[in-house]
Amino acid sequence: MTGTLVLAAIAAAGFFVTRATPIDSSALAGHVGDPASGETIFIASGCASCHAAPEAEGDAKLVLAGGQRFESDFGTFVAPNVSPHPEAGLGSWSLAEFASAVQQGVSPDGRHYYPAFPYTSYTRMTDQDVVDLWAYWQTLPADATPSQPHEVGFPFNIRRSVGVWKQIYLEDDWVMASADTPEIERGRYLVEALAHCGECHTPRTALGGLDRSAWLEGAPNPTGRGTIPALTPDELTWGPTEIAYYLETGFTPDFDSAGGHMVAVIENFAQLPASDREAVVAYLKALPQPKP
Amino acid sequence: MKKHLAFAIAFAALGCGTSVYAQEDFSAQLKARQGQFRIMAINLGILGGMAQGKIDYDAEAAQAAADSLVGVSMIQQPPMWPEGSDNMSIDGTRAQPTIWEDKVDFLSKWEDLGTAAAGIQAAASGGVEALGPAMGQIGGACKACHDTHRAPES
Repeated sequence: MTGTLVLAAIAAAGFFVTRATPIDSSALAGHVGDPASGETIFIASGCASCHAAPEAEGDAKLVLAGGQRFESDFGTFVAPNVSPHPEAGLGSWSLAEFASAVQQGVSPDGRHYYPAFPYTSYTRMTDQDVVDLWAYWQTLPADATPSQPHEVGFPFNIRRSVGVWKQIYLEDDWVMASADTPEIERGRYLVEALAHCGECHTPRTALGGLDRSAWLEGAPNPTGRGTIPALTPDELTWGPTEIAYYLETGFTPDFDSAGGHMVAVIENFAQLPASDREAVVAYLKALPQPKP
Repeated sequence: MKKHLAFAIAFAALGCGTSVYAQEDFSAQLKARQGQFRIMAINLGILGGMAQGKIDYDAEAAQAAADSLVGVSMIQQPPMWPEGSDNMSIDGTRAQPTIWEDKVDFLSKWEDLGTAAAGIQAAASGGVEALGPAMGQIGGACKACHDTHRAPES
């Protein structure tokens, strides 16, 4: 009897800790959204790189109709429609609902998003930037294409289990604990929050969480083909101007060119100010040597 | 016993026809297509070095490099990309099967490179300022194709 009670208590506690907790909307009060600044956040965060329709080019990339497929060990995730369409997209959302999705991975109906959506990085986004991003979002075209379901099998199709996962892997502190200059600090914000570089360049644990002890040390490609290179100073030995030039043009120091998903990343970085690319370089050069 | 052997050979010929084909050595084609990209990289290095200010701008050298890019862009591609020379069938290449699944797309991307090369050819001797944007066009053409048709480094 006592055993049953204890079990029930544990289950209840588990149910409590795994619930989807939206952000406290009062945190956003007092911020006024600036769509022009939001556009920069949008580009740096690579929103369109995943949420634009497959094969979209140019201005069509601003139509966030969804449909791109992302293979992983856990199944195939299909990017949803996040355009401001009232039914197909998120046109009916409030700012607080948007912020909960981006910073906490919680949907307006109180469910957990799969971490294919990199809220584990966006959780470090400032409130002001989320508000600006939302202001910019209102200027984007609406699209009526319905979202496609993810192709995820048991047990990963139990959304509640993502709540347990978040207890372990959703952390909003910085991986690089101290940023010694304002430039490194800006680079840290770009790399660890907006551009979410760690999501591909850091290996994952068996549960699919980022292994922070091997931060940016390179990882297998989630598609199963090839590897994503390390960005740590022992491996990425390019000079500062070479890295900045790569982020701007996609050319490596020996004038090979970027491929795969990095093409989309460079397309975004090319639109940011040169100082932002230099800040990323400063951050990468400040990374510690990996432990052997 | 003999009968078994004959059967086995017939079976192998029938069922594994494609894998016998895949054993084919495409080393000449691989060398040729990888070599053409290497020629481009060397000439892009000259133009990119000038654009970045690492090398002093020299109109004649820039023009020669840009002309070389145009030269490479005029090489006809299909003979260097025979069926079965993709990275699923043979080693030593990062060419994805998508090249053969969507040949029209692949060749139109090669044509885009030709357009970008013509652009830098027109701009090369007109001063260093024009090199940056023209390099951007070339880089865009490279990435557009590598995005879909080249496998990541393993």
